[in-house]
Amino acid sequence: MSEHIVSKKIYFLIFSALMVLTVLTVFVATLDLGRFNAIVALSIAVLKAMLVVLYFMHVRYSSKLTWAFVGAGFFWLAILFALTLSDYFSRPWLGQ
Amino acid sequence: MEAIVDQPRVHYINKEYGVKSWLLTVDHKRIALLYLASVTLFFFLGGAFAVALRLELMTPQGDLMQAETYNRMFTMHGVVMVFFFLIPGIPAVLGNFLVPLMIGARDLAFPRLNLLSWYIYNVGAIFTLYAIISGGVDTGWTFYTPYSTTYSSSNVLLTGIGIFITGFSSILTGLNFIVTIHTMRAPGMTWFRLPLFIWSHYATSLIMILGTPVVAITVLLLALERIARVGIFDPALGGDPILFQHLFWFYSHPAVYIMVLPAMGVVSELIANFARKNIFGYKFVAFASMAIAVFGFLVWGHHMFTSSQSVYAGMIFSFLSFAVAIPSAVKVFNWTATLYKSSISYSTPLLYALGFIGLFTIGGMTGLFLAAAGLDIHVHDTYFVVAHFHYVMVGGTLMAYMGGLHYWWPKITGRMYPEGWAKFSALIIFVGFNLTFFPQFILGYQGMPRRYYAYPPEFQVLNVMSTAGASILGFGVLFPMVYFVWSMRYGKVPADNPWGAFGLEWQTSSPPPTENFKQTPVVTWEAYEFSPRDKMEILGLRGVEETKV
Amino acid sequence: MEDTHSVKGLAHHFDDMEQQREAGTLGMWAFLITEIMFFGGLFMAYILYRSKYPEAFSSASGHLNWRLGAANTVVLIVSSLTMALAVYYSQTGNKRLLITMLVLTMILGATFLVVKGFEYHTKWVDHLIPGFGFEWHLAGDPQKVQMFYFIYFAMTGIHALHMVVGLGIMAVILRMAMKDRFTQTYHSPVEISGLYWHFVDIVWIFLFPLLYLLGAHEGH
Repeated sequence: MSEHIVSKKIYFLIFSALMVLTVLTVFVATLDLGRFNAIVALSIAVLKAMLVVLYFMHVRYSSKLTWAFVGAGFFWLAILFALTLSDYFSRPWLGQ
Repeated sequence: MEAIVDQPRVHYINKEYGVKSWLLTVDHKRIALLYLASVTLFFFLGGAFAVALRLELMTPQGDLMQAETYNRMFTMHGVVMVFFFLIPGIPAVLGNFLVPLMIGARDLAFPRLNLLSWYIYNVGAIFTLYAIISGGVDTGWTFYTPYSTTYSSSNVLLTGIGIFITGFSSILTGLNFIVTIHTMRAPGMTWFRLPLFIWSHYATSLIMILGTPVVAITVLLLALERIARVGIFDPALGGDPILFQHLFWFYSHPAVYIMVLPAMGVVSELIANFARKNIFGYKFVAFASMAIAVFGFLVWGHHMFTSSQSVYAGMIFSFLSFAVAIPSAVKVFNWTATLYKSSISYSTPLLYALGFIGLFTIGGMTGLFLAAAGLDIHVHDTYFVVAHFHYVMVGGTLMAYMGGLHYWWPKITGRMYPEGWAKFSALIIFVGFNLTFFPQFILGYQGMPRRYYAYPPEFQVLNVMSTAGASILGFGVLFPMVYFVWSMRYGKVPADNPWGAFGLEWQTSSPPPTENFKQTPVVTWEAYEFSPRDKMEILGLRGVEETKV
Repeated sequence: MEDTHSVKGLAHHFDDMEQQREAGTLGMWAFLITEIMFFGGLFMAYILYRSKYPEAFSSASGHLNWRLGAANTVVLIVSSLTMALAVYYSQTGNKRLLITMLVLTMILGATFLVVKGFEYHTKWVDHLIPGFGFEWHLAGDPQKVQMFYFIYFAMTGIHALHMVVGLGIMAVILRMAMKDRFTQTYHSPVEISGLYWHFVDIVWIFLFPLLYLLGAHEGH
């Protein structure tokens, strides 16, 4: 796992992308898209987070082990959300 | 085998003296001993509460204490035992001592964090102790809302803060183990040469770092709700008590595996050594640990079958709970298969390991009863549940903890425990344990609910049996306390490797020097290989046959 | 083994710098996993109550100042850039620019906290602190609106606490940098604290749209 130096150019590129996405998320929020507001906002946030994780946090250039750690974190978060929500979302079924 | 050198050897205990050399140590072995002291203290405190409970339950009517006192007693018994003994017990004491030794490292990856974790544990402990002294807490160790957020007038806040803080010591321990096992294995110590103790501690650490933060934030929200009186969990204020149960059990069910996985690791070591055989299906046992860690996170809803949880979610949780029995059964079968046609020596540690297999099997099988949603509705919150989890936690974790302490006692202290007394108390503990908790299965099945201080007279015979068993169990755990202390001064001085074992931890002197090994060991043999070829030359050690007592 | 002990910055229990660096990075990632789960519990509560009480949440969110939230988002993203550049200059051994970037990162972090403090103060003036004289006269059930603010304060408060800790870490790193502790071979503390800083930024990346922009299309 030798060290990889990310070039300044990439940092500035990612930074610009993050700024554009921030403007975009604010702009989209002013439109009334119904439930899609939340979906678009979350998608943009996920995209921004991925850019930060992959480039600013160097995961793109890191070992498989780091990938596994990052993946495990989000996987367990998904377990927490999915199984808890499986309860709430399936409650109304009984009445049907 | 007599010691060859006459002058006292420098090892981690006699290297430095004085309180400061202990309180500021960064040596994982010394920190393990610090933890041993704290954890033992809490074990006996929790035990004292258990004695009070069993005394009250000797008679059907509430005569020893009032209902409110009883509520506090069982809550504090649970809180102390779960958060301050069972969860840190094996990892923080035996794990701390053995993980670096077993993988051939000089210390854990973050020695100062390790010391910090002990201090954090104690700060949390002080908050909890203060809560106990100033009146205690009466919510049950599960802190169910809205009772805990709105109605209880006991010290919920203080206890919550104590548990919140102590959680971070658990996180730090887990984090340290994971990084250590990944980055600090000795040359040649590949993943599949690791002792199963290490595999199970790795799996445990995963649960510690993934689960503990969730209970931390849950307790924090509970505390904030109690202070601000804004509903997150109280339905009267718009909140949802079931959310609390989801978040709480997301950690607290896997926490059961934090207690039992390290115990399984200990048992694997004991079985392999005293059967003098490689563990049957080593890889299956190793992966079973990982499978338990992952599946353990998918089953928490089986604690909530009688809450307003959706029956469809209940079905999923019920199914997944059955699935977690598979890796557990793999382990039990493989240990048994290891014992088959092996050369068994019935030393004290093995007695505890055999006790573990039997009692854990009963605990696990009754767990399947409870995972079946239909049956659970009948036995939910009865003594059946109490008996079930005591078979897993006491019959499982405590047995393995005791077995491990005996097995590694010569490594830790450089002294041997008295074998006769040890066998005697192992027997006493086994008998006392079964007499205490087996009647509770029957009581529960007959419908005696848990957490009541009085009961109908027809339950008295079984309750008296249980109380009698508890007093036998109590004596059983006092004996080791006495002879362990005694042995530190008067015990026989064993050889460096009294068991003739092949784990790396035995390939250094007992007690080990501060940096564990004179030179970094190079591993060329498989785990539990009881006929290694050129190992002795590599490590510059005497033949193993010689060192056997 | 004895030789390696003289290497600058190498702790006694590691074999070489590579092993130490790997352990440090991995340790920080393991810690960040615990952070994901810690905030995860809060997000779970948010998801549940937002889907249960959409009107109240939307109306409560509309009262937050999204302009300040957006400004703070920009501040944090810029600070992430300066942090990334600090790591870059530590790798290339440029001490002067490393220090500049660390100072800039800290200034931006402090700016974020000042803006946040200003926002909190407005909420205090408007009686929007849950449990302490909370008042609500606009659309939405006050009880549910109060729950939104409870979650808002829990989430942003814990996030702000992380920022404060981050500033502390940056102060230590800055001091180490000024004392010439880092070399081109030993600079993993900069990198590892960078991971933490970026993570705190990511949390805000989610908090901003979820808390501030929820009701933005209905009103202002």
